[in-house]
Amino acid sequence: MTEQALEVSGLVKHFGPVRAVDGVDLSVAAGEVVGLVGESGSGKSTLGRCVTRLLPVTAGSVVIGGRDIAGMSRRQIRPLRRQFNIVFQDPSSSLNPRLTVGDIVAEPLRHHRLGTRSHRRARVVEMLELVGLGGEVTHRYPHELSGGQRQRVSLARALAAGPSLLVADEPTSALDVSVQASVLNLIARLQREMGFACLFITHDLASVEYLAQRVAVMYLGVLVEVADRAELFGSPRHPYTQALLSAAPIPDPPLQRRRQRILLSGEMPSPVAPPPGCRFHTRCPVAVDRCRVEVPVLRPVGPSGALVACHLVGDDGTAPALVGTADQTAAGGTGDSPGRAGGLHR
Amino acid sequence: MTGVPRPRVGTGAGEPVVAVDGPVVAAAGGPLLAVRDLSVRFATEEGAVLAVDRVSFDVAERDLVALVGESGCGKSVTAMALTGLLPGNATVTGEIRFAGKDLRRLSEGGLREIRGREIAYVFQEPMTSLNPVLTVGRQIGEVLRRHRDMHGAAVRRRCVELLDLVGIPLAARRLREYPHQLSGGMRQRVMIAMALACEPKLLVADEPTTALDVTVQAGILDVLRTLRAETGTAVLLITHDLGVVADVAERVVVMYAGRVIESADVDELFAKPAHPYTRGLLDAVPNPARHAEGGLREIPGRVPVLSHSPEACTFADRCPRADDTCRTRRPELAPGPTGHPVRCWHPLPDPAATPPRPRGGAR
Repeated sequence: MTEQALEVSGLVKHFGPVRAVDGVDLSVAAGEVVGLVGESGSGKSTLGRCVTRLLPVTAGSVVIGGRDIAGMSRRQIRPLRRQFNIVFQDPSSSLNPRLTVGDIVAEPLRHHRLGTRSHRRARVVEMLELVGLGGEVTHRYPHELSGGQRQRVSLARALAAGPSLLVADEPTSALDVSVQASVLNLIARLQREMGFACLFITHDLASVEYLAQRVAVMYLGVLVEVADRAELFGSPRHPYTQALLSAAPIPDPPLQRRRQRILLSGEMPSPVAPPPGCRFHTRCPVAVDRCRVEVPVLRPVGPSGALVACHLVGDDGTAPALVGTADQTAAGGTGDSPGRAGGLHR
Repeated sequence: MTGVPRPRVGTGAGEPVVAVDGPVVAAAGGPLLAVRDLSVRFATEEGAVLAVDRVSFDVAERDLVALVGESGCGKSVTAMALTGLLPGNATVTGEIRFAGKDLRRLSEGGLREIRGREIAYVFQEPMTSLNPVLTVGRQIGEVLRRHRDMHGAAVRRRCVELLDLVGIPLAARRLREYPHQLSGGMRQRVMIAMALACEPKLLVADEPTTALDVTVQAGILDVLRTLRAETGTAVLLITHDLGVVADVAERVVVMYAGRVIESADVDELFAKPAHPYTRGLLDAVPNPARHAEGGLREIPGRVPVLSHSPEACTFADRCPRADDTCRTRRPELAPGPTGHPVRCWHPLPDPAATPPRPRGGAR
C-alpha cells in the first residue's frame, strides 16, 4: 500500500445549521496531485480549510504524516504545520502588505525555527529562484508585483519549509489566461521537482485536467465521484459529473457546436436542508424513486475501482446515459446532427 | 443617413492613417454599429493613459460579436465609450455610428435616449446593478413605464413575457421577489430581461457569465443565443473566456494593449490565428492534447500600460517573431495570410498553405 500524504475520513463541517461538508472520505498519496472540483457552495473550499485546520472540524479525521489533526488544539498543530500548507485564490489579500517579499517567504522558516539566519536567507533566495522570481524582488513589497508574481511569492512561502502536502485553493482563478498558464506550469514543475502531494481545489475543469492525476467531484457537501483523470474526463459516470463536463465550453468552435449539453434544472439546493436520498436527485434528469429516499454511498465500480455515489451506476461501471434524455439541448441549434457526445471532454 | 461612409476622424497623433478600408468585421446588410478609430485617453494622477487606441469594428444586425482580450486590453472601456458611459477624466475621439446616427455628436440627453432603449448593457455582477429594495417586477416595470409608456396590466404582462424569454420559471411569482431572494444565475437572467425590456437593437454584455458557475453559465449562454433568434437583437459580448467565445460567438475581435490586433469569423480565428498573440492565447488554455509536450504555452512579460500610441507593435516586447521593424514601425490592421485582418508585420502563415510536418510542437 502506498503511503498517504493525506487521509480524510468521515469529515463533517457544519456552520450552525449549514452543512457545508457532510461526510467526506478522500485520500491523497505521497507525491500525488488530486483535483477537487465543484461549483460554488459545494463545500470544496471549506474542505480545504478543514484539511489544513484553518477551521475547526465538526467530526471525522484528517490524517497527515500519520497523525490525526482533526481534533488537535491549535497549539498541538503548530509544530506539525511544517508538513502542510495552503495557497489561496487572491494572493494580494494573503500576503502581508507591510512585509517585503524576502520576509514573507522567510516567515515559515522563522516560525518553525529552521536553520540559522544565513541559512534562511539562502533558502529564501533559493525558493524565489525556484518559483521563477529573481533575487531582486527580495526587498520589494507585494503591491509592487503583478498578480502572477504575487502568486509565485505565495507558492514560495507555502513551500519554503518543505511540506509534504500543499492545498491549492483556486490558485489561478483570479489571473489572466496567459498568466494562469505560467502559474499552472509552475505548480506542475515544483510538484515534479519537490515531490509534494497536492490537493488542487478549483472550479476550472481544464486546469484540473492539466494538473491532476486523480479527480474528486463534490456536490453539496459530499463527493459524488472520484476517478483517475483520463477515466473521469473520458467516461464520467455520475449524472452530475456528466452535466458539469458537458457545461464547460471547449475552446474549439466546431467541436463545441457538436457537443450536447445536459442542462440542469433548478439551482443547487441550500446546504441548510439538503434533499433526502441522493442530494442531486432534485436536479438529476434520470432520478428514480429510490434516489429520493436512499442515500447512495461512494463505492468502487468497474474494472478500475473508480468511486461513484449513484444508484443508477452498476457495479460493473455502466452509467446512465444523459445525452439523449429530454433535458439536454443541442448546443447552438445550428442544425448540426449532434451525434453521440461520448467524449464529452475530448 | 444610412450609408455609413467613413469620413476619417483624426486622432490628433499626426500619423498617417493607413487603416483597412471597409468594415473590419464583414457583415451583410450594412452594420448596425460601426466604430471607427475610437480612442480613449484617461487623465490620471500618474499621467495620461491611452486605454483604447484607434479601434475599429462593426456589429451587424442579429450578429454576435465577441470582443476578446485580457485585463487591461481596453475591451470594457470600448464598450462603455459607445454610449458615453465613461467618467469625466476620459477623452474620446473617433466615430461611433449606430443605426444611422453619429453617437459622438449626440448630447447627453440624446445619448440617454439611446442608452437602455436602443443599446442596453448587462454587466458581470448583477447584484450591483439591481436595486436591492425593489421587487424584480417593479424594476423591470419601471423600464417599461418610462421608456415604453406602458401602464397597468400591460406592464405586468410584458414582465412575465420577458422573464419567460430569459428562461425564468414561475415568472409571475418571481416578479414579487427581491434580488437577494434570487441566485446569481437568476439575477443575471433578470438583468438580461431588463436589458431586453425596450427591445434594444444591440445588447452589450460585459463578462456576463464570469461570476457564474459553468452549469449556470451554460443556461445564460443559451439565452444569449436564443434571444437573437427570437428578438433579432445583436450582441456585443465582452469576455476573456475563449471557451465562451467558441460556444456562442459568430465573429471575434481580439484586442491587445488598446488596439484591435485581429478579427475574423470564430471558426477561422481558432483554426487559423494569424497574430502571435492570438496564437499564444489559444495555446495558453489547458488542452489535453498537448500535455506531453512540456506544459502550457506561456506568454512572457506583461501587457504594457501606454501613455501614447507608440510607433511600434505593442506586442513586440513579448513576441517570439519580433524584429526591428516591429519595434520601430506601427503595424496597421490589414488582411493577413488567410485573408482576415491582422495587425502584425510577421503574421503566422496559413496552416493549410504550409507544408505538413511542422517541427517541434508547432501545431
